[in-house]
Amino acid sequence: MNKIIKYVILDILKNRIVIGYALLLLCMSLSVFNMETDTSKGLLSLLNVILIIVPLVSIIFSTIYIYNASEFIELLVSQPLKRKNIWLSLVAGLGLSLSLAFIGGCVLPILIYNGNGTGIMIASMGIILTVIFVAIAALSAVYTRDKAKGIGVSILLWLFFTLLYDGLVMFLLFQFMDYPVEKGLVAVSMLNPVDLSRIMILLKLDISALMGVTSAVFKSFFGQSWGMILSISVMLLWVIVPLSLSVKKFKIKNL
Amino acid sequence: MKYLILITCCLLAFHSLSAKVTTIKGENGISLQQVINDAAAGDSIILEGGRFQIASTITISKPLFLIGKNSPVIDGGNKYEIMVISSDFVIIQGLHFLNSGKSGYEDIAALRILNSGNILIRDNYFENCFFGIYGQHAHNTTIANNRFKANGFDEISSANGIHCWKSDHMLILNNRISGHRDGIYFEFVTESTIRGNISTNNVRYGLHFMFSHNNWYLGNSFTDNGAGVAVMYSKGVHMHNNLFARNWGNAAYGILMKDISDSRVENNIFSQNTASIYMEGSNRITIRHNQFKNNGWAVKIQASCTDNIINENNFSGNTFDIATNGSLQLNNFTGNYWDKYEGYDLDRDGKGDIPFRPVSIFSMIVERNPATLMLFRSFMVGLMDKAEKVFPGITPEALKDDTPFIRPLAFNPPAL
Amino acid sequence: MIIATNVTKQYGKLKALDDVSVTCNRGQSISLIGPNGSGKTTFIKCLLGMVVPDSGFITFDKQNIAKDWKYRQHIGYMPQTGRYPDNMTIDQLLRMMKDIRKPFNPVFDNELFESFDLGKISNKRMSNLSGGTRQKVSASLAFLFQPQVLILDEPTAGLDPVASEILKEKIRKEKEKGKLILITSHILSDLDDIITEVIYLQDGRLVFHKSLENLKKDTGKDRLSGAIASVMSKIQTR
Repeated sequence: MNKIIKYVILDILKNRIVIGYALLLLCMSLSVFNMETDTSKGLLSLLNVILIIVPLVSIIFSTIYIYNASEFIELLVSQPLKRKNIWLSLVAGLGLSLSLAFIGGCVLPILIYNGNGTGIMIASMGIILTVIFVAIAALSAVYTRDKAKGIGVSILLWLFFTLLYDGLVMFLLFQFMDYPVEKGLVAVSMLNPVDLSRIMILLKLDISALMGVTSAVFKSFFGQSWGMILSISVMLLWVIVPLSLSVKKFKIKNL
Repeated sequence: MKYLILITCCLLAFHSLSAKVTTIKGENGISLQQVINDAAAGDSIILEGGRFQIASTITISKPLFLIGKNSPVIDGGNKYEIMVISSDFVIIQGLHFLNSGKSGYEDIAALRILNSGNILIRDNYFENCFFGIYGQHAHNTTIANNRFKANGFDEISSANGIHCWKSDHMLILNNRISGHRDGIYFEFVTESTIRGNISTNNVRYGLHFMFSHNNWYLGNSFTDNGAGVAVMYSKGVHMHNNLFARNWGNAAYGILMKDISDSRVENNIFSQNTASIYMEGSNRITIRHNQFKNNGWAVKIQASCTDNIINENNFSGNTFDIATNGSLQLNNFTGNYWDKYEGYDLDRDGKGDIPFRPVSIFSMIVERNPATLMLFRSFMVGLMDKAEKVFPGITPEALKDDTPFIRPLAFNPPAL
Repeated sequence: MIIATNVTKQYGKLKALDDVSVTCNRGQSISLIGPNGSGKTTFIKCLLGMVVPDSGFITFDKQNIAKDWKYRQHIGYMPQTGRYPDNMTIDQLLRMMKDIRKPFNPVFDNELFESFDLGKISNKRMSNLSGGTRQKVSASLAFLFQPQVLILDEPTAGLDPVASEILKEKIRKEKEKGKLILITSHILSDLDDIITEVIYLQDGRLVFHKSLENLKKDTGKDRLSGAIASVMSKIQTR
């Protein structure tokens, strides 16, 4: 399994897009930190990068890569290798190399300019989001045979998690305005990894007091260690569930 | 007021000609009340350190100078109101008031001023007391350089540091108050000056007043209080050169103004407050030359406020600069510096050529439904705000700054 | 060695394999024959586990391959059109494959690689290779690990006559070693002297599985191509 990961990573790192992605992130973080005099403000600007660009690049690149690797997958499947291992290695290779690009482009500048708890939180959320969206890409690529359709599905999923879901939440919040929905909000935030990581970062940035009653619920939930453990487990579930679904499908997929 | 102080001084000086000085040391068996009873009006009693355990409230009903040296402790044993002054011309200086009684239904104070004036209370230390100084119908009294330290943790078990009720011409100067319910509390207090005090880490408000007209608040620092500062039902309030900082939390305010009118808020610094100014039913207030830095909301102005002037302030690093709940705006926001302004200045007059709208659509939504703050900084909210900037539809049409400054304004920093 | 029992595979409405049962034994070299779209490639892919049958099962050395993956160490597969990662060079591809199969097949057979003279272009990227050269690479890979079973899907298609001859020679050699060889090919004349058995598929169904001798006897033809032609015409007239 390690061998396949190695070959996948070598192949991806040869790909100019990942290098370009790392450089883009690096340019963004350096300019953000050098332009803002206040580094915590810089972190806030980076927040958008992490919540929008990281999922977008992770999901689109992974989907395209998986489709382009169909020959490679075919070759491997005819070899004495477990299908599950082939698939997991492919996803792991993607996750690792995209995380590597993110670490080089964002995490290092963050640690250099603002290596406090918030910085570490933002960095780790970026890495988790990268892996989550690679897993989601794997799911959409394994279920759709047609490349164009698969990429379309991935873009839609990205749009859903970064934009449409929040629109839906806002709609529901106004529908149920007169009810005590605070506790439900915690559950709602769990259903979207982008929202969950955004809220976790914002609570770390201590903007929480803004949120009134809602934040009191959030703070008391995420502030406790079990709340933190639960949110991290939910994030991991966001990796595990799409991944295991895709493995299940890949095991019986016709190549 | 100065005139009154002068008279006080003359009278005191006149008294001292015939006055005698008694020196005692706090030991077991010495009754401070007895010593006070034995003294004649205008006498001085010097407490040379030690500890006075009291068995009942000490009352001072004649002009007297009570001077502590080496901070003599007057211990209320967690039972009694420690001292009541019901005479004019009293000086209390250098004492250490410890452990006043506490009560859920009585206002027990370390030091109560009852229906009297021309009193000077200075350099005392009030430790673990319920009310610190309680001015009841006090007038022309100076409370200076005292330290108040209590360990209140909720609003029931704690009381106010400096509490004045139906008083006037008070001078509250350079005191440091922490751990009380409200640091400084005024009700029906007029013509008073509150200057250079530091009120911090109090359970509820750093400063709290109601029905207190024509008072001056200068160079104070109200920081880290549970709910910041609340001022209500008053007019002629002058707040200059104060610092309102880190009043951070659910329903915490730099200043909460409710039914305040004809007042001025100038040259203050508001930093890291959840809402640095919250205005409700307030009219004709001038807010100028203030710095609003890194607050959640810089100014939350309800639609019930009219004719307020907010100009020549610096707004920077605030999550929301202005929030309001109505579409009608009768206040003036002209000529401020906003760090979120993205306009240009072609004619180089230092003022932007296009108006700035400090109210974002998201702040309007949050105002209507606070739970939506969960979507703060999401992609969708960003898009909505951008769209609203291009095609304003929901934000109040009139709430805009036609001549926003391009660069931050330079003010003299408040002297604290 | 390989036993397929009632294997059925359906793509949408199209039945690619319909209740196919065959037995292949060591030492046989079997030709899979049938018109285009008769299910030859699907059958091979089922053997390799690349396609999972809807029903029926396949055993390899009495082991069901559905849950197994190790049996593939005994198989060398040469696909119809070799598709390889574009960014890899021949050399890297070979090294990767050796790396993957080393635990199972530590001894390599470089004969085809050398006779095709692939060494001098080993730094070329797979994407830059011609179809024929790719076939050469595929063939080299199939024989590289000295597998007991060789599955060759259209092995000579796209090869020049010289390379084709080299490959056939190699197949013959391996056959003599007693390996099971499965070949699909259009060009029947290629196969005459190699194969011992014929499996004929049409529309996903097994039409017959006979030894070459029996087939010749039954049809009265002495060449494979003639025998098959007569079979095909017979089926069509039926």
